[in-house]
Amino acid sequence: MTRMKNRFLEKIIEAAIFLSGIVAVLIVVLIFIFLFKESFSFFVKENMLAVLLGRNWYPISDPPQFGFLPLMMGSLFVTMGAIVIAVPFGLAAALYISEVAPAWLKDILKTGIELLAAIPSIVLGFIGIVVLAPLIKNFFHLGSGLTALAGSIMLAFMAMPTIVSIIEDAITSVPRSYKQGALALGATHWQTIRRVIIPAAFPGIIAAVMLGIGRVIGETMAVLMITGNAAIMPTTLLQPVRTLTATIAAEMGEVIRGSSHYYSLFGIGLILFIITFVINLIADLVLHRRRING
Amino acid sequence: MTIIKVADLDFCYGKFQALIRVNLEVEANKITALIGPSGCGKSTFLRCLNRMNDLIEGTKAKGRIEIEGKNILSSKVDLVDLRKKVGMVFQRPNPFPLSIFENIAFGLRIHRLAKGVELEQIVRQSLEAVLLWDELKDKLKRSALSLTLEQQQRLCLSRLIAVKPEILLMDEPCSALDPVATLKIEELMQILKKDYTILIVTHNMQQAARVSDATGFFLLGEMVEFDRTGKIFTAPQDKRTEDYITGRYG
Ligand SMILES: Nc1ncnc2c1ncn2[C@@H]1O[C@H](COP(=O)(O)OP(=O)(O)O)[C@@H](O)[C@H]1O
Ligand SMILES: [Mg+2]
Repeated sequence: MTRMKNRFLEKIIEAAIFLSGIVAVLIVVLIFIFLFKESFSFFVKENMLAVLLGRNWYPISDPPQFGFLPLMMGSLFVTMGAIVIAVPFGLAAALYISEVAPAWLKDILKTGIELLAAIPSIVLGFIGIVVLAPLIKNFFHLGSGLTALAGSIMLAFMAMPTIVSIIEDAITSVPRSYKQGALALGATHWQTIRRVIIPAAFPGIIAAVMLGIGRVIGETMAVLMITGNAAIMPTTLLQPVRTLTATIAAEMGEVIRGSSHYYSLFGIGLILFIITFVINLIADLVLHRRRING
Repeated sequence: MTIIKVADLDFCYGKFQALIRVNLEVEANKITALIGPSGCGKSTFLRCLNRMNDLIEGTKAKGRIEIEGKNILSSKVDLVDLRKKVGMVFQRPNPFPLSIFENIAFGLRIHRLAKGVELEQIVRQSLEAVLLWDELKDKLKRSALSLTLEQQQRLCLSRLIAVKPEILLMDEPCSALDPVATLKIEELMQILKKDYTILIVTHNMQQAARVSDATGFFLLGEMVEFDRTGKIFTAPQDKRTEDYITGRYG
């Protein structure tokens, strides 16, 4: 009797888990369809190429111009800046934690980095405006410190926990025998790290970079606060920029429903969706390949 | 000629004494086997000879280990030089997750011993020395992890040979291999002993009897008996040795 009941219960749990999985995938598909549907006519009407390559974002001029390029460049500058800052520091921190730090310090550092992830991004944005922007302003003698660089530095902080913990994981899972082999050949600790441990952990490092990018590119409010928010084509990190995300956040509230401007924001959303999707896919593939070769 | 001379070696992991007053003299260009039940300190002893135990926290060695007349337990010893001179192969083959070529080039690169054409030549010679060259000469760019376990163990040997060591330490080098592969590695050891001094840990007594010139029997951290292999296996002096080789121990 109880056995039958257990069987039945198991079936129900199985079905529930299956359903949750399906629903999650379904929601993603629905969001994609929704974004696609809302922006499709916009892309047709405004000519997709002109939009993607347009250098002017003047959505409320007459006639309006819907060039995404400054926004995409804004996101690219801020993201690349953040990654260029976060990856070396993240790699160094992960190496220190997993290879150098004594056991008691290891736990403290790991907790500290997790705490960094717990700071609400709006708070970081706030600190960025009050502390970071003036520093940048004075250091580079700019009119305003609210620049792509300020956004990059702040986003680097946000991406750091993800990057450090994934790289640290990858390094820790490098078999001890590799390290022993290298040391037994007379390699120094540093040579062992550089020539054996980092190459062995490389897929994990790539995945960390990808997920870091994913984390950074989707960030909105803090970036809106600190990057100066000017939709112009940037040429250096010391200019104000406006990212894709900040554009949606800033303009969605005031846009006239049903206007081309309104649909253009969905277009931006679609672009963002595709970018993050591709990045996550790459991270997944790299991690998956590591497991197969394992 | 004596190449390694161990005198009154004590070794502790924290409070646990794993080696007790070990004395031993190893002849150059001979194969010396170390046998004994599991946990008796064979690996510990081997790791004293290239100071790999230094990596474990809280360990301490007392006594003397002279290699070519120099006490390697001295704090002044350059560990890089020591480990270049005294190479080690492990129980499970542990090639680096790099190409076959890069595995062998590794030691040459870190010690800046060769580059360019010379490096390629040494890689070739090292592979020839372990009889892998003909099998692998067209696959040097392949990952070392794609090789069979036997090939991997040979590769690990050839990786050592590339930096021109004098002593090869082997800690149960065949325990991950099948019997055929084991015999092949044993044949290789006979070839290698012309150029190197080999110490092999094994808990396979037939293997010790087959390959070695001298044998040491360890029990609970002590070197109970050390003699020519023929003598150990036919006329052991110590009762405990006799019990072990006749299979009366675990
Ligand atoms: N890293 C270590 N820390 C503490 N004790 C150890 C360590 N390695 C080995 N030992 C102990 O030292 C003794 C000898 O071990 P080992 O040299 O590995 O023996 P064998 O190789 O002969 O099987 C064992 O009792 C083992 O538990
Ligand atoms: Mg052992």
